[in-house]
Amino acid sequence: MATTPTAPKSNRLGLSVLDYRGGKTTLCAGCGHNAISERIIDALFEMGVQPERVAKLSGIGCSSKSPAYFLSRAHAFNAVHGRMPSVATGAVLANRGLMALAVSGDGDTASIGVGQFIHLMRRNLPIIYIIEDNGVYGLTKGQFSATADVGSKLKTGVVNELPPIDTCELAISLGATFVGRSFSGDKRQLHAMLKAAIAHRGTVMLDVVSPCVTFNDHEGSTKSYKYMKDHDEPLQEINFIPAFEDIAIEYDPGSTVEVTMHDGSRLRLRKLEEDYDPTDKVRAITRLNEAKEKGEMLTGVLYVNTQAPTFLDMLNITDEPLAGLPASLVRPDRSVLEEVMKELQ
Amino acid sequence: MIEYLKRFRIGPDGKATFAVVQAEDELAAIGMVIGAGWAGARAMTTTSGPGISLMSEFAGLAYYAEIPAVVWDIQRVGPSTGLPTRTSQGDILSAAFLSHGDTKHIMLFPASPRECFEMAIDAFNLAEQFQTLVFVMSDLDLGMNNWMSEPFAYPEQPIARGKVLGKEDLTRRGSFARYKDVDGDGIPYRTLPGTDHPAAAYFTRGSGHNAQAQYSERPEDYEGNMERLQRKFERARSAVPSPSIDRQPNASIGLIGFGTSHWAVQEARDQLRSEYGLETDYLRIRAFPLNHEIADFVRAHERVYVIEQNRDAQMLSLLRIELDGELVPKLRSVARLDGLPVDARSVTDEIVALEGK
Repeated sequence: MATTPTAPKSNRLGLSVLDYRGGKTTLCAGCGHNAISERIIDALFEMGVQPERVAKLSGIGCSSKSPAYFLSRAHAFNAVHGRMPSVATGAVLANRGLMALAVSGDGDTASIGVGQFIHLMRRNLPIIYIIEDNGVYGLTKGQFSATADVGSKLKTGVVNELPPIDTCELAISLGATFVGRSFSGDKRQLHAMLKAAIAHRGTVMLDVVSPCVTFNDHEGSTKSYKYMKDHDEPLQEINFIPAFEDIAIEYDPGSTVEVTMHDGSRLRLRKLEEDYDPTDKVRAITRLNEAKEKGEMLTGVLYVNTQAPTFLDMLNITDEPLAGLPASLVRPDRSVLEEVMKELQ
Repeated sequence: MIEYLKRFRIGPDGKATFAVVQAEDELAAIGMVIGAGWAGARAMTTTSGPGISLMSEFAGLAYYAEIPAVVWDIQRVGPSTGLPTRTSQGDILSAAFLSHGDTKHIMLFPASPRECFEMAIDAFNLAEQFQTLVFVMSDLDLGMNNWMSEPFAYPEQPIARGKVLGKEDLTRRGSFARYKDVDGDGIPYRTLPGTDHPAAAYFTRGSGHNAQAQYSERPEDYEGNMERLQRKFERARSAVPSPSIDRQPNASIGLIGFGTSHWAVQEARDQLRSEYGLETDYLRIRAFPLNHEIADFVRAHERVYVIEQNRDAQMLSLLRIELDGELVPKLRSVARLDGLPVDARSVTDEIVALEGK
């Protein structure tokens, strides 16, 4: 359950990890999505997020079922296929106090939902958007999705010839401000990345390769456990120091990039690639394309920008949740109507 | 409208107490208002026929998952792109049953700018009280042309937010089941995301669910839920704006109009009286589901003419669905579809012809 032996029995809110659990999963045993749910539980617990403050959002598909399997104490919205981003946008605008945690899949995001996904990324809405990416439609017999790699083979022998949509590249170029790729089997990396995601202010887009054990975990698949283990090319070793943990550990600025998050948390990325700078948008996109050429599965924090205004800033929305504003603030005075009527005379 | 918001909806901190988003398309627009409604804010979007078509899937979700939101349909001439700069009352049936499965929605029919103002208030109150989508069926004539109007009246009623349980309510009640018919009126209680109580959360979904909002394919859960939704809709019948009725002594025939057809009907009644000595009663429908007074009106007349701006007599079709079978033969259609606001002379001529005068 808990990832590290040092994890405290209760977090800073006095809650135990059990307070972050959900219903029993109905996904296949060994499904990568279940591992991601576990990492989400751990990250929320360790970050001391109040469960009731979270809004879980999803679309349709195996991945979109998974919000039922973590954080039962949070409201959830299982929207229509591919259109969760709009629902999430409305919910966050209505109540900016919510922490929006969105779970989607590669079909839900990159095919039916690609339009809404793109526009969500443009707005830099405060949201954590996780794609549980297995390259296939697991709920409908395992047809290829739009993130399947060229040359990837289905169990039936069908080979994908269409170029994949790289959701990370899209997210970076369109305006998401924290973009990463991980692997459901890399406990440590995903865990640290999720904690940093919780501290980020703006759109977090995490594409997490999550093998489908039923339809896409065989020889010839590029989204299998084995393929990921053989081709995973981590950019950094990720350490995350929450703002509430006042730990001073020295680091070597030559080999480590430190990013101070909006809430004062620190994201430490020990470079495994010397010249990689995760604040350089152009470089991030170039590097993703180089990886594609070389057949590498590049993982890690690809891009981060802690300074960009969010959609809430752009709309200049008041600090109190709009949903809770009293009538005195939302119904202007009688004199206002009279004034407007006079103007229209 | 954005200009008014900027003037009158800035809070004490100098920030906006509203959000206006230019959505990428109607699919996103309806999704956003549903997301906002779910989270407890009053939200609306506005569109015309093609946008209504695009909103169809989400409309079913809002109906079934019981989420308040308001959609304004500024009806124009269809099908398809149709005559995009011309007016019509052609979306009555498609809006009433928008989406798949057994879905139906509350609709309001304003006839004037002043009624648009009043029905905007009604629409939000009804949406939250009944936890459902409400369509306000305006049209291009009303929505885009200049009109004379009496000044709008300041709303005297408090804002009705419907059955929402807060933290203290949950503590007092001890339990919460999102889709349970506690009061026997078909309207369940809801909680808003962010409510600081461990029992507040529930799982909103468009798939089959039981009273606790858990996934369910059990026939009794599905049927029970659909029957409750029907009870809720029946309840709305007497809560929506009632029709406006004008009865004259000695009138044998009745006229039914709605929306902007109202103005032509008013004038046609004068023409029928002064030119043909034909006295008429008049009922103007202001909402769907149809109020009981509408059935009484039809019952009280030998013949009832339904005046509307579409080819297929859509409001008459709705009446046919909702009224007792014995009343249906009394209905006659006066339907116009030339893209212009209905004119009185056409209405008068057609009624005179049908009356054999």
